[in-house]
Amino acid sequence: MSQQYPALLVIVPLLSAFAISIAGWMNKRLCFPIAVTALGVAAYSSIGLLFRVMDEGVIVYKLGGWAPPMGIAYYIDHLNAIVLVVVTIVAFLNVISAKKSIEQEFPEKAAPFYALYVLMVTGLLGIVVTGDAFNLYVLLEIAALTGYGLLAMGEERAPLSTLNYLYMGTIGACFYLLGVGYLYIVTGSLNMVDIARLLPPLYQSKAVLAAFIICMVGVWLKMAFFPLHAWLPNAYTHATSSASSLIAPLVTKVMVYVMIRLMLTIFTPEFVFATLALQNIVVWLAVIAIVMGAILALAERNLKKMLAFIIVAEVGYMVGGVWLGNRAGMTGAILHIVNDALMTLCVFLVVGNIVYKVKGYAFEDLQGLFRKMPFTMGAFVVGAMSIIGVPPTCGFFSKWYLILGGLQAGHYGFVAALIFSSLVSVVLFFRIFEICYYEPFSDHHGHDHPPQPMAEAPPLMVVPLLIVAVILILVGLYTGDIVNHIIKFAIPEGLV
Amino acid sequence: MKIIGLIITIMTGGFLVYAAGDFPAWSDPSSPASTYLSPYYIEKAIEETSVPNIVTAVLADYRGFDTMFEATVIFSAGLVCFILLRIMGRKEPETRHYRHVLTGVTVTIKEGRKIPASEEFERIDDLWTPPELIIKTACRVLIPFLQLFGLYVIAHGHYSPGGGFQGGVILGASIILLAISHDLRTATERMREKVVAILCPVGVAIYAGTGALCLLLGANFLDYGALASVLHVDPITARSHGILMVEIGVGIAVMTTMIWIYNNISSAGKYNQGL
Amino acid sequence: MAELIPTIIAKYNYWIYITLMMIGLYAMIAKNNLVKKILGMSIFQTAIILFYVSIGVKKGATIPILEGVHGHGAAHQAVHAADYVNPLPHVLMLTAIVVGVATLGVALALAIRVYNRYNTLEEDEILAQIRKK
Repeated sequence: MSQQYPALLVIVPLLSAFAISIAGWMNKRLCFPIAVTALGVAAYSSIGLLFRVMDEGVIVYKLGGWAPPMGIAYYIDHLNAIVLVVVTIVAFLNVISAKKSIEQEFPEKAAPFYALYVLMVTGLLGIVVTGDAFNLYVLLEIAALTGYGLLAMGEERAPLSTLNYLYMGTIGACFYLLGVGYLYIVTGSLNMVDIARLLPPLYQSKAVLAAFIICMVGVWLKMAFFPLHAWLPNAYTHATSSASSLIAPLVTKVMVYVMIRLMLTIFTPEFVFATLALQNIVVWLAVIAIVMGAILALAERNLKKMLAFIIVAEVGYMVGGVWLGNRAGMTGAILHIVNDALMTLCVFLVVGNIVYKVKGYAFEDLQGLFRKMPFTMGAFVVGAMSIIGVPPTCGFFSKWYLILGGLQAGHYGFVAALIFSSLVSVVLFFRIFEICYYEPFSDHHGHDHPPQPMAEAPPLMVVPLLIVAVILILVGLYTGDIVNHIIKFAIPEGLV
Repeated sequence: MKIIGLIITIMTGGFLVYAAGDFPAWSDPSSPASTYLSPYYIEKAIEETSVPNIVTAVLADYRGFDTMFEATVIFSAGLVCFILLRIMGRKEPETRHYRHVLTGVTVTIKEGRKIPASEEFERIDDLWTPPELIIKTACRVLIPFLQLFGLYVIAHGHYSPGGGFQGGVILGASIILLAISHDLRTATERMREKVVAILCPVGVAIYAGTGALCLLLGANFLDYGALASVLHVDPITARSHGILMVEIGVGIAVMTTMIWIYNNISSAGKYNQGL
Repeated sequence: MAELIPTIIAKYNYWIYITLMMIGLYAMIAKNNLVKKILGMSIFQTAIILFYVSIGVKKGATIPILEGVHGHGAAHQAVHAADYVNPLPHVLMLTAIVVGVATLGVALALAIRVYNRYNTLEEDEILAQIRKK
């Protein structure tokens, strides 16, 4: 059966999504166990795949028994495998924690919510694992549509924010489709490895350059890279917490993976980094993204929107790191995909816990939380340290590689932006620590306020959060192993 | 906003026009798209899958994995419309309107009370139009033939233009025609919401289940040749039968999703009256 | 310049699709009404479908369905690829059409939710209502 892990990875969540939506009409209590089991099996398969890839190298799985390029094939190499593990673990931990908040906010629609949740994870897993350019578009649309459904279940402003996200997301996906069409018209093939084989004689043609730029713009729209980021803060803020803690850590990082896959596998680094002008433009856009994300986060007065702007800055890190064009930058970017997914999951789970108990996420609602919810805030401290970049949490190491890459490429603007955003993150998070530490002002003629009793979120929500915090530290400590055994092989040899 | 839109549009359009300089000319038989991969499909489809309609062979066999996810897309769209719009659970006591058939007098009954079903009073919507006898009768006669044609399109997808998606849309349209020509309540009595909502994932599960069956029989996912042992035919005919099974699954999924989306959008989730 | 004219005429399918796509893009960016934006999105996607389908055409070829052929065992004449249109873009665009319909359905459901909340579909009025809060 281990030969079939690549198929099981996508099929088990897919079939269980159908089982959940059928069970929703008959016996509602089955939905949560089915969802957890499916995501657990997916997590297990992805870890098994990672170890197989580390042993054997690239794995090819032919769907329908047809050899590529006639049929669709899965290509799993080191880059794929580690992103797969991250996606499944984030989704698994989040669904466990989501049960309570779903029961609190919309219990009658729990079954379709779990079904959409599992379908979204299926879509994301399919995007990461596929080796066919058009198959990626279909799975992109699955992830997008289910994402719109999940994000629109929220506060009052959620449907409007999701509609704006829908417009920009559809333009992005259509641009990607158009780029694949351009590649098809000049090569005649849809398989990624096949296109990479057929493209080198055509590097000088305008169509290939246009295909690259159109695909890139499409992917940037979906990952909220400056200046196409306008949809992200509203869409993630107004959504319900169980949806935003799935989508915020994963969707932008999977799009960064797609960009890396386009750049490294289809359009090889020789083509991408040949024109210095394009590289410089993109890295400067990344610098502006980082600076602007940091400054706009400072201006916000509620926790969720501040975190959404931090995501915009993090995307800037990754895109800048990739486009620096050297090995250190690429390593930093790939490592940051892993780290940022975990960090964002940690802080968004914290927000989910806070919203569950306090029913609000503006700064005024956060007073006295260190005493009321000690475990949640402890994990928040770990997550914040990771976003700032303090060793031994994982955030420090990916920033370290990105700075090394920037210095090596001579791009001091990028290095300055990284340091600036770390300093701004210090201000952002220590401001919140201060608000959370001090109790609300008492107004009883100077009598002391009795200490607030501990009102922690239920264990089903706290335990996954603590696991994520521990993983953040473990991933940081094991960075050397991850880089040397996995990421080093994900980057082609030619990149210095 | 209009100026920005105009600038972006002109720049993008200009860029695309510039890029089209390298494209092959229209209907050029020697373009890379026509000479690299597609001759294999055209020449080998009948030998390897025993299906004369090459588009169906490519759609459901060579690139069957894409089609499974396409069916999943349509299912998730139905599910999203359901989760966003459907108002379940608490029902406010609603005002009902009844019309006395013989005299045309309209009676409004508030607070959830109702007149038991009888020959003399018919229930009408808020925006009521006089009954169009011609339209209602014509549609009632036409719908069974529409459904027959839809089934034909699904089943004959191997030999003529057609297939699961096309037939499924026709089948869905037949029920929507019932909802438009009569009213939403008649259509939901014919095809209840629970039936529609359960058949939709069942349809896509037939597709994925066929693939999983091939997995259990030892071949790769969606490799219909493995069904030869179950169906007792040679592997190539088994591919043709496998394609038929998945097309049926797709047809069911598309039909029920069309009905589901129409019901949810036209009644804005309340299911008490439609358009 | 004179040698450009035959090129322009030979590739006229591309100019058509670019025009349609830009109309759709302009409608999505510049129009105020939510439903007009959704229609612009639909035009945008349709233009891409038109582009793909026009890739597959071959001069003098017919649709990719073999006539009068049953089963695979019986001997029949060899099939020439030049006689039949490229089937692959058709297959891809079946998927794209379905995806377009699904996105349209979701967009309309979201527009209904917005309308239920704000009682208008004009974007400037909605923003004014939000700012007033």
